[in-house]
Amino acid sequence: MKQFRSFVRKEYYHIFRDKRTMLILLAMPIVQILLFGFAITTEVKDVKVAVFDPSKDASTQLIKERINTSEYFTIAEELTDIDQINDIFKYGKINLVVVFSDNFAENLLHTGEAKVQLIADGTDPNQASTLTGYVSGILGSYQQELMEQYKVPFQVIPETRMLYNPQLKSAYNFVPGVMGLILMLICAMMTSIAIVREKETGTMEILLSSPMKPIYIILAKAVPYFTLSIVNLITILLLSVFVLGVPVSGSLFWLAILSLLFVFVALALGLFISTLVNTQMAAMLASGMGLMMPIMLLSGMMFPIESMPPILQWISTIVPARWYIEAVKKIMIQGVAVQYIAKELAIIGIMAISLIMLALSKFKTRLS
Amino acid sequence: MLKFLIEKEFKQIVRNAFLPRMIIMMPVMMMLVLPWAANQEVKDVRLSIVDNDHSVYSERLVNKIISSGYFKLTDVSASNPEAMRSIESGKADIILEIQDEFEKSLVNEGAARVMISANSVNSTEGGLGLSYLSAILADYATELREEQGGQAVVTAVEVPSFGVMSQYKFNPHLDYKVFMVPALMVTLLTMLCGFLPALNIVGEKEAGTIEQINVTPVKKLVFVLAKLIPYWVIGFAVLTVAIGLGALVYGIYPVGNLLTIFLFATIYILVVSGMGLVISNYSDTMQQAMFVMFFFMMILLLMSGLFTPTTSMPEWAKTITVFNPLKYFIQVMRLVYLKGSTFFEMIPQFLALCGFALALNTWAVMSYRKSQ
Repeated sequence: MKQFRSFVRKEYYHIFRDKRTMLILLAMPIVQILLFGFAITTEVKDVKVAVFDPSKDASTQLIKERINTSEYFTIAEELTDIDQINDIFKYGKINLVVVFSDNFAENLLHTGEAKVQLIADGTDPNQASTLTGYVSGILGSYQQELMEQYKVPFQVIPETRMLYNPQLKSAYNFVPGVMGLILMLICAMMTSIAIVREKETGTMEILLSSPMKPIYIILAKAVPYFTLSIVNLITILLLSVFVLGVPVSGSLFWLAILSLLFVFVALALGLFISTLVNTQMAAMLASGMGLMMPIMLLSGMMFPIESMPPILQWISTIVPARWYIEAVKKIMIQGVAVQYIAKELAIIGIMAISLIMLALSKFKTRLS
Repeated sequence: MLKFLIEKEFKQIVRNAFLPRMIIMMPVMMMLVLPWAANQEVKDVRLSIVDNDHSVYSERLVNKIISSGYFKLTDVSASNPEAMRSIESGKADIILEIQDEFEKSLVNEGAARVMISANSVNSTEGGLGLSYLSAILADYATELREEQGGQAVVTAVEVPSFGVMSQYKFNPHLDYKVFMVPALMVTLLTMLCGFLPALNIVGEKEAGTIEQINVTPVKKLVFVLAKLIPYWVIGFAVLTVAIGLGALVYGIYPVGNLLTIFLFATIYILVVSGMGLVISNYSDTMQQAMFVMFFFMMILLLMSGLFTPTTSMPEWAKTITVFNPLKYFIQVMRLVYLKGSTFFEMIPQFLALCGFALALNTWAVMSYRKSQ
C-alpha cells in the first residue's frame, strides 16, 4: 500500500510539473462550457429579414410589426423589386425574405387568396427551417386572432407548454454533451498517453522491473486522472448552475454516481488504447481522432441519433458517451427519478467491466 | 539544400508506421461516415396521445396526425401523468392531450382547445415538433370548415385567411449533406495539416534529432519551409480525394469554379500548418503540443460556423470569430459549393486568409531558435 501511494505521488508529479498541460486540462472545461453556453447556440436572435410588400395595407403593416418586434427578427430591408431576392442572399446579410401578395388585406378578407411566401437561404438547412418555422408561428397566431375576431366555427386552439426548458436555451442541450466529451477525453486520452509515454521514453522498463505488480502500476496511473475528472466535473456543474443557469433538477447523488461510473469507463478505455499502440503520436491521434469525432457526432450531443442511418445508430450504441449524455439529460435537466436511468446505468456498468477486463488481459508485462 | 530537406521530411512521413495509413484512412472515413451522421434534421418526432374525448372528431384528428408522416405514435395514454411517464423515460418527445368534450365544444361553441407539451431539452427538436403539430391542427380545422361549408349546414361565413408557403434558395430540399460536405473538407484539412506539423518539430526535439539540424548551416526560413511544403502537398492530395469522394458518393459538385477552391486551399493550408509549427516551437513535449493544439482546435472548430451559425452568436463571440481562419475558409467552401460565388466576391476572405498565413508563418520562422 505504501508502495502504491508513492507511485500515485509520482504520477501526480508527472501532471503537476507540466504546467502547460495541467492548465489546459483544467481550463478546457471552463472555456468549453462557456463557449457552449453562450456562443455555440442554435437559438435564433435578431435575424435580419427583408420584406417585399407591394400592398402596404393595415394587415401587412401589422404582420411586419409583429415580425420586427419579436426577439427573433429585425426587418433590415424593404425590397422594392421582386428580382432583388436572388442577389440579396449572395451579398447581404439577409437570411429570410418575406413576400406578401398584391392587395393582401382585401384578398385576406374576401377571396381567401392572400399569400405570404417565405424565402429562406437554404445553405444552412437547420437554420432555414427554424427561421421559416418561427415566422410561420407568428403568422399562425395572427391567423388565429383573426379567426377568433370573426367568430369562425371549428377552431382548434393549441395551448402549448415547453417542458423542462421553457426559454428554449441551447445550453440545456449542450451542457450534458460537454460533460460527456470532457470527461471522456481527459480520462481516456490522458491515461492512454501517460502509459505509452513511459513505453516510449523507456521508463516503462524500470517500472516493470520494480517489485510493484503491473496492475498497481496501471491503477496508480489512473488515480490522478480520476481526481482531475472529479475537479472538472465539479467545475462544470458549478459553472452550468451559476453562470449558465442550467439547473440540477434531479438527484445530485445519482448524477455523481453516474459520472464516476462513466469516468471509470473512460479510464478503462484509455488503458485499452495504451495496450494497442506503441508511440505517443499514435496514441494521441487514435484517441484524438478516434474518440473526439465519434463522441461529437455519434453521441447525440449535436445531431439527433434517430435521424442517422441504421448502421450508424447501431454503432452509436457502443459509444459510452451516448448513454451517459442521455442519462445526464434525464437526471439533470428533466429531474426524473433514478429508475428511469436504470438502463443507461446498467449499460455503462457493463461497458466498464468488459473494458477493464479486456485492457488487463491485453496488458503486456514484458517489453517486446 | 531545400530539396534534400524536403526529401528527408517525406521519408520521415512515409517510413513512419502509422502516419501514411492515417493520411489515407482519414479522408476516406471522414467523407464516407461523417456526412451521414452530421444531420440536424429531425425525423419522426415520437408522439404520445391522451385522448380524453374518444369522439369521432378526436379520433379523426389522431388519424390525421399519424398519417402526416412527421410523427411516430408511441402510445395512447389514458391520462396525462401516464403520458408524462413516457416522456420521462425517454420514449416520447411530445404529448398531445385532447380535452374531454372536444367534439362538443368544437361543434357547439366553434372552438376547442388541445394541449401540447413538448420535451424541449433539445430546443430545436421541441420547437420543430410543436410547429409540425400546430400546422396539422390548423389543417384539420380548415378541413372541417370546408366540409361543413359544402354541406351548407353552417351559413357560409367568410373566413379571413391567407396561405403560407416556404421556399429555400440554393438548397431547395434542405439537404444537410450539401451543407456539411464542403465544411467537412475544411475540417479534414485543418486536422491533418494542423496536427501533424504541431507534432513535427517538437517530435524532433524529443527524439533529439533537432540537435543535428541545429548544427548544420540550414537557415531558419529554409528549415521552416522544408517543414511546410510536405504538408502542403499532402493537403492538396487529401483535398482532391475529398472533392472526388464528395462528387462520387454524394453527387455534390461545386456550383462555382474548382480552381477558386484550390486557390483558397493553397493559402489555407499554409495558415493551419503555420499555426501547428508555432505551437510546436513553443512546446517541449509532444504531449504539450498535442494538448495546446487540441485546445485551440476545439475552439476554432466550434466557433467556425461548422455546426452552428456564427450569426446567432452574441457580439463578443462574433468578435472572436473575426480571428478564426476556419470561419473564412468554411464560408468560402460553402459559397463556392452552394452559391457559386466567384473569386472577386470573396476578396475579403482571401485577404483575411493571406494575412493569417503571413503572420503565422513569420511567427513560425521567428520562434524557431537554433540555439537553446
